[in-house]
Order: sequence, then structure tokens, then C-alpha cells
Amino acid sequence: MSTDVSIVSFAQAPNVRETHGTTNGVEMLVPIMKEALDNTGLSKKDIGFWCSGSSDYLAGRAFSFIAAVDAIGAFPPIHESHVEADAAWALYEAWVKIRTGEVDTALVYGFGKSSAGQLRRVLALQLDPYTVGPLWPDSISVAGLQARLGLDAGLWTERDMANVAVRSRAANPKAQIYEQVTADELLERPYTADPLRKHDCAPVTDGAAVVILSTAERARDLCERPTRVASIQHRVESAHLGARDLTTSPSTVAAAKAANTDGVTLAELHAPFTHQEILLRQALGLGDEVTINPSGGPLAGNPMFAAGLARIGEAATRIRPGERALAHATAGPALQQNLVCVLEAE
Amino acid sequence: MSAPLDIGFDYTRSLGPTLSRFVTGLAQRRILGARGTDGRVHVPPPEYDPVTAEPLTDLVEVARTGTVTTWCWQPEPLAGQPLEHPFAWAFVLLDGADTPMLHAVDAGDVHTGMRVRVRWAETAGNGIRDIECFVPETSEAPQTSEAPQTSEAPQTSDAAEASEVEPQPVDDISMITTPVRLHYMHSASPEESLYLRGLEQGKLLGQRCPACEKVYIPPRGACPTDGVPTEDEIELPDRGIVTTFCIVNVPFLGQRIKPPYVAAYILLDGADIAFLHLVLGCAADEVRMGMRVEAVWKPRDQWGTTLENIDHFQPTGEPDAPYDSYAGHL
Repeated sequence: MSTDVSIVSFAQAPNVRETHGTTNGVEMLVPIMKEALDNTGLSKKDIGFWCSGSSDYLAGRAFSFIAAVDAIGAFPPIHESHVEADAAWALYEAWVKIRTGEVDTALVYGFGKSSAGQLRRVLALQLDPYTVGPLWPDSISVAGLQARLGLDAGLWTERDMANVAVRSRAANPKAQIYEQVTADELLERPYTADPLRKHDCAPVTDGAAVVILSTAERARDLCERPTRVASIQHRVESAHLGARDLTTSPSTVAAAKAANTDGVTLAELHAPFTHQEILLRQALGLGDEVTINPSGGPLAGNPMFAAGLARIGEAATRIRPGERALAHATAGPALQQNLVCVLEAE
Repeated sequence: MSAPLDIGFDYTRSLGPTLSRFVTGLAQRRILGARGTDGRVHVPPPEYDPVTAEPLTDLVEVARTGTVTTWCWQPEPLAGQPLEHPFAWAFVLLDGADTPMLHAVDAGDVHTGMRVRVRWAETAGNGIRDIECFVPETSEAPQTSEAPQTSEAPQTSDAAEASEVEPQPVDDISMITTPVRLHYMHSASPEESLYLRGLEQGKLLGQRCPACEKVYIPPRGACPTDGVPTEDEIELPDRGIVTTFCIVNVPFLGQRIKPPYVAAYILLDGADIAFLHLVLGCAADEVRMGMRVEAVWKPRDQWGTTLENIDHFQPTGEPDAPYDSYAGHL
């Protein structure tokens, strides 16, 4: 385990509220796989390992990821794997695969058509299926419980939350959500689920993302400006919501400590709710000197199962030579599982 | 084409020793928590300690009253949630517990610190749904069906044993049913849509892959070999051969034909990909690989955009296809 791994290509589909494509959303992948490969000059047959992140619960059918394997044109048979999680975890698997020396290139992709079902309700299936899931608490309500804990504890205010939205919504003209707005204007808007307003919640987004990894050695031939994966770590917390301290993120802190995030100047945080961005900044100790979510982040477009991978891709394409960036991905209710990836531009 | 797609399944979940006691307790109108390795009492009882992952077996009874520690308003309840009118989700720290539980509070003026108590569901034996929701502690009178309670909430298992609970003995519950119902708007690809509209007209429409030249029915957005969409529409006949098959002998939920019957891969003449359908019209043990079959269509007024327009396939009586003619399609 000594091979360094680099990111050599990143592509993502437009983040949109609803595509007209099939329920599994695979059409969003085909053009961006081509784009990601074309960036490097690699062809499909040059890829040593393929790994995807998606969910049958978004597609409403079993083995939905197989449709994506069809889109690759997997003949002769390819070396392939899948995670039922954000594709940031697929990237972790691919990183391990390259580190072991088994392959020297890997293509990682995540995709999902969140609009096919009722996303906030589908996400209730992440909860304990015995004692919590049967109540169908939706993802926005669970996040609202977490937000109020922090509000009551004085860790953030509704204005702090609105300020996160102001920055996110104005960050990226190409994002799904783009608007120049003030916190005062946002705070006049009604609650979606008190204490959360619409701007506090990531939008429902159909989308997909692709990242190509290679050994650091090969990266220089594949890309003008490869970004090295300096470290990548992930940790998970108990499935027992009530026993967790939801006002901070012990799993993020542990992952960041193991990954050594010292000196980062840019962070792409996978926070689907405004208070979670504040919470993560507090947990990670990111001060004002760190640029947060220049892409707009999940609050400007949140393609399920691709948004965490996109944080890594966005950070990789935005850092300048000599800089270090932090990319974060989350999964599960109220930041249950967290991944921290530290990137260095060569 | 797109259409609503509703899927559902009633999951039966075996409970194991810890959750069985919790669920049995709820049916008796008692709430049990588990004492963690650090001494904290968690409700519902986790099977394994949230911090150390040790198995937890020390269950203790807690009160049916507690305090709201956080809440979120649900103005438009979603399908399956505890109440159909606006309510608050809340963490309720039950008296005697150290960590809160998630449930619904039926009140318009919910606030952090609010005192609440359980409102039991009318039916018991449904696990966490035996608690319909929480209500303000001082609101309505306890339901008549509720067990006689001591005025002081039990704080420990000793106290629980001393108090007069268990309105009726309940057999140990080792299984619960947790229904899952999901609703989607399912969208077919352009190629699938062509095929489905063809079926409505009684046509079997396939397409050829431009790279490998195989004829797919249904046509595909991506040829699994080449990864490109199929093109060149081809109308296929409603007859072909059985490539492989299985005799269904096992009854199952939702079965529409009495076993034994035959489910077979049908390869239409001119197609390269077989699809699954029924072979009827002969004894199950007479079906064989290479057997020539033809479609038996339902009456035209029953046709829709579905392959169910073909009720089944039946033998034509023609000589079997030689093995070599379909060996490449198995």
C-alpha cells in the first residue's frame, strides 16, 4: 500500500430539478463518461476498475445499477463494483484498489433521478427499520430536529443559516439554484418545516458525476494538472439517533483527524442543510480563511449519490498548485456517516 | 412514456431478544429502554451499545411521560406518518431515560421543554406504532383502554416490577410487520416507449444494435455489449422458439396460474435476445428446448401498452429447431 493516487478527470451532468429521462437516470451518465474519458485520452478498455454509487430506492427497482453497466458497454467483461451509497464511497473503494497495485486507473461514477419518487420520504428508509422507519420520519424533519438543537444551544441562529444560503445561492451561475438575495429577504420567506425554510434545504436534483483516478505516476501523462489524493478517511456513527450528539459531528472530526486536514485553503462540504454546513465548519475548525463551497455546494444542487463525489471533483478542479483542499461527503440521516478527502494540487 | 408506479411490500421482521421485549412491552402499554455500558438508558433499546457496540440486555422500564428536547413542525404529513393532520416531530426524553426517542407530538404549540405523555394506538402489537403519538401531559384524560398506572413513573426495573402494569398479559411478540409503500413516476426510455406503443397496436417492435447488429426486443437505450443505443426499427413476428424454460411447481404470493406451469425464454424469429413468457397449451413436461411456439393474444379490447397483451405462448406443432440454431442465444 504505497502507490499514490491522483484525480485526472471530473465531469458532471447538469443539476436539474427533473429530467425527462428514465427512472434509473442512466442517460445522464453516458455523455459525461465520454467527457471524462476524452479529457484524459483514455478509452473504456484502458480503465482498470469501475465503481459506482447509486440506490435502488431512487429508481424504485432492484439492481438498477445494472442499467448503468449496460451503458458502459461492458464487453469483454469489466472489473466492476457498486456501493449503495454516495459515489464518494465508490471513490474510496477505487482508491484502495489502486493503492493495492491491482489496477492503475479507475473510473468512479454516481447517479440518481431523485425526482422519480418523493425524495424526503424515500430517505426515511435509511432509518432504523424496527423502531424509527415505521414512523416514516422524512429527511427534512430529521434535519429540522438537528437544526433546532443547535439553535436552542446557541451554536447558530436562523440568520447564520440564511447567510449560508445567501452565499451558496450566489456562488455559481451554472448551478441549479442561482440567485442574488439577502439574508433579510430569505428570513421573510415562510417556514417549510419550522425551524427550516426552503433555503435551508438542498433542492431535489437529478444528476450524475464521474471522476477518473490513476496512479500518481500515470497521472502526469493523462492530465495537465493532476490533483493528488493526500488522504481519505471515513467514519460512521450509531444508527440510534437519540444517542448521538447531533450538535456536532464526531465521525467527521475523527475522519478529519485521521486524514490530517491542516493547511487546507478550500473546502467543498457535502451539507444538504444550511445548519449542517455551519456544524461541519465548527467541527472541522475551518475559519474564515478557508473558502467554502465555491461550487455553491449541495444547497445549490444536490444530485443524490453523486453530490459527495462531485465535492471531490469540484475541489480537485478548483485548487491551485501547492494548495491543499478538503472535500467532504456525507450519508445517512443527520450526518451519520462522513468521509473526508484531502487533495493537493501538483 | 411515463406512468405512476406504486410498489409495496409488507416486511416481516424477526425481532431478536432485545427488540422482542421492547415490542412486547409496548403491547402491554409499557416502555422499555436499555441500560448502555456507560449507564445511560436509551429508548428504544438499542440491541448494541451506541458507543461500545456491546450487546445490551439490561432492559429497564421508563415512564410514559417525558420532555420535548427538540422539535420540527410537519405542516403537511406524508403517507405513513403517525398523524394525518399537522403535527410536530420531536425528540422526547422520557422520564427515566437518558437519551431521547423520535416520535410525533400532536399539539399546535409544541416547544422545547414541553411536558408530554404517550397516547396509545387503539391496536397493539405493531411495535413503535403502538405509540400513536405524544400529547401535552395535561391535555386530554387518559384513554379508558389504558392500563391503570401508578402516579409516580417508575424509574428502575425494580420500580417497574413493583408497579401494577400489564393490563393484559401479552404473549411474547417475536415478529412485526412493517409495510413499505413507495410511489414513483416511472419513465421509460425512448426505445422502450416505441416498443410499448407498438404492443398497444399488436406489434412486436425490436431494434438492431448498430455496432454488433444484434436485434433486441425490447430495444435498448444502451446495447449491453457496445453501450450504444439500438437503432433501425424491426417488426418481429409473434412466433419463435423456446430456448430454455423452467417448470414452476412452487406456489407463491400473487401467483395467477395453478402450478405446475412453464415459464420460458421465448426467442422470436429474427430476434437475438429472448424474453420471459408463459408456455401453456400443452402439459408442462412436454415443453422442451427448441420447441416452436406462437403468441396467443388477449382480445383486442383488453390491449394496453404491455406485453401482457400476449396471454401466453402455445406450441405450433412444427418440428423443433435444431440446437445449433439457438446455441448462441442461451
